[in-house]
Order: sequence, then structure tokens, then C-alpha cells
Amino acid sequence: MEERYSRQELFSGIGSEGQALLAEKHVLIIGAGALGSANAEMLVRAGVGKITIVDRDYVEWSNLGRQQLYTEEDALTSLPKAKAAEQKLLAINSRVKIVGIAEEFHAENAEQLVESVDILIDGTDNFNTRFIINDVTCKLNVPWVYGGCLESHGTCLAILPGKTPCLKCLFDYLPQEGGTCDTLGIIGPAVQMTAAYQTAECLKFLTGQLMSPEMVYFDVWERQSSSVEVTKLLDPECSSCSSQADYPFLKKEKGLRTYMLCGRETVQVRPGQIEGFSLKALNDRIKQVTSEVRGNGELLIFQINHLRFVVFKDGRTLIHGISDTSEAQKLYQQYIGA
Amino acid sequence: MNIQVNGRRIQLNEHEITIGELLESYNVTKRISVVEHNKEIIKKEEYEQTKITNGDTLEIVHFVGGG
Ligand SMILES: [Zn+2]
Repeated sequence: MEERYSRQELFSGIGSEGQALLAEKHVLIIGAGALGSANAEMLVRAGVGKITIVDRDYVEWSNLGRQQLYTEEDALTSLPKAKAAEQKLLAINSRVKIVGIAEEFHAENAEQLVESVDILIDGTDNFNTRFIINDVTCKLNVPWVYGGCLESHGTCLAILPGKTPCLKCLFDYLPQEGGTCDTLGIIGPAVQMTAAYQTAECLKFLTGQLMSPEMVYFDVWERQSSSVEVTKLLDPECSSCSSQADYPFLKKEKGLRTYMLCGRETVQVRPGQIEGFSLKALNDRIKQVTSEVRGNGELLIFQINHLRFVVFKDGRTLIHGISDTSEAQKLYQQYIGA
Repeated sequence: MNIQVNGRRIQLNEHEITIGELLESYNVTKRISVVEHNKEIIKKEEYEQTKITNGDTLEIVHFVGGG
């Protein structure tokens, strides 16, 4: 028995066979925020073979209150979360293969990222991305574990495509109402509890056991919790998981795509394909427009009037200080490129 | 009447209330909730017709967006 995993192997639910299985598995985590960090750290310590973690954001001070993989240094240098997470996770367990990808998870790269993994963990903070996850996992028949948390409550549901109801079976529209962590706030215990449920289901699946068919909901502040067995709600005509599925969220778009990060006065602009884009060339160009430019090799940050632009290696840009998407597109074309 | 919601006993002034009305009083968005009434899962289309009476047990879970 390897000392590092000895306590986990002693646990009857896993044992040495379970531990050996874990070492062969590949988990994909979408989002390296609060839930993504917590799940990733537990899985890395548990000795999963490989973790790929994808995130489109960079570390800010407001993240440090609950996103456990990040430090003040990461916030000071505005490191992309995927890169900062990769470093921390490797320092925790160098035996695990860890790949951090500082990109958005979207309809165009989803299939390629999900293709070879055993299971996917939801660490996102929005339903747009979750519905893309839902469609691609249904299409490729990969299980995933949904998790969400806000204020002091949270919820978790494991989804086995075609066998248990998918997100689309359970609700058929993209919820726009309701708060986000940036408007209603969140506390660490709600994150940890949600991630604990997610990681537990993930470990069960990876060690060849059944995941729970129940959706769990709790409020850790009010000390409430509830579980409902949802299997009956599997929709035989679902557009994502049934035999007549057409995967509505995997339809590819063309050109510039904008997305509003709600509650943050930030718009993300993502180019379809940009040829020969380099942060260095942009750096040289933008220095003629503003003196407030800095970078860390992974991204470039510059300020023009009250607007802050954060540009990633793939040309994707977060524009802070704006909430109008068409205005953001214009600014993108003006300063970054087509 | 007395009912049980998510393991807690609740007293209501009404003698009868629908699941839809109960969710509204809890400020739960109906379209992203899942409700079990006396161990039986209830379809969303039936929320407004399904009546809750004294002694009933409910489990209410709903989707949460943040993370
Ligand atoms: Zn479905």
C-alpha cells in the first residue's frame, strides 16, 4: 500500500482495487473557479491518473475568498486560472498528469476536449456552458457531475447519458433570472459541500460503482437538505439525450462571439479563427495607444479610458467596464483585430 | 394544516394549497425545480393542479447557477 493513499485505500468503498483504478482515469474539469478548484484538489490528492482543467478567466482578488487553489501572488500577476491551477495541483501531487487549458469551453472545442476522458466535472458558473457540456457528453456518451452553488446553498446531480435524465430532460430553457455569485454572493462552506458531493460521485464512478440517481439540494447556513430520485424524468424525446437528439447547443457560430458575464460589467469577445495572432505584436501596437500595458506571458492587460482589456493568447478578450455587447465588438475590432 | 417540507415541519393557515402556490410562497422558480410529493415525483405541468393537504410530505430541490 502506498503511504500517500493509505487512508483512502483503507476506506471500504475504495480499497486497493479502487485505488489502482483511479490511477488509470482521466477527469476533465470545466471551470477552475470555486467548484473547479475544490474538485480538482480533492481528485489530485485522491490520486486520479490525469486531470485536464479548462478555464477562460484569470485570478482576481475577489476570487481569493473561496477559490482555494489561488494565492495573492496569482492575483497580483493576473495569472490565468488554468495555469495557476496547474502549478498548484502539480505541487500537491506530482504523480498526477495535469493539463491546464486557458481557453473557453465552447461548441467548437467541446468534442475534442471530451472525447478521451472518463468523466467530466462541472465547475462552471453559468448555464450557457452547462448546456454545451450536457450536449457534448450526451453525444459522446460521457458521464458528468453537475454542481451549482450560490449564497449558502448548493446542489449536485450525476448524469449518465441515456440512463438518467440529462439537464435538458429536467428543464428546457436557459435560465436567465436568478442571481449569480457576483450579485448575491457566496460563502466557502456552500462551495465545499457542493464539491464534496461532486467528487464523491466522481470517485464512485471511477472505481466502477453506481452514481446516485438522486439530485441533492442543501442550505448549509439554514441546515436544510433534500434529495429527490429523478430517474423517472428521463425524457424519451429529449433533444439532447434521446435517440432523436440534435444537440442544439453544439451548433457552431461564425465570426466574433460576444458573451456578457452577468453581474460583472464585463463582456467577453471571442474571435472565430484569427490567423497569426500574437500577444507580442499586440503589445507593440497597443503601446502606441496607451501607456497602461502589462503582461505575464499568458495574457496582456491594457487600459483605455475607463475600460480594461484582458487579452488571452488565442485572441479571446475580456473587456471590463462595459455591458453592451455590440459596443464591445466594435472596441475589439478597433484595438485587437478582426 | 401541517406539512413537511425538506424534512422540516411547517404550519400553514390554508387548508389546501397547490404545489405551484407553495413554490411561489418559497420564491422558487418553478421551471428549474423538481418536486416530490408524498414520495411521488410531480411533473411541472401538474404543479398547478396538484393539491397539498394536511400531513403531506414534500421534497423540493432546484437548480442553482453559480459555482
Ligand atoms: Zn435528456
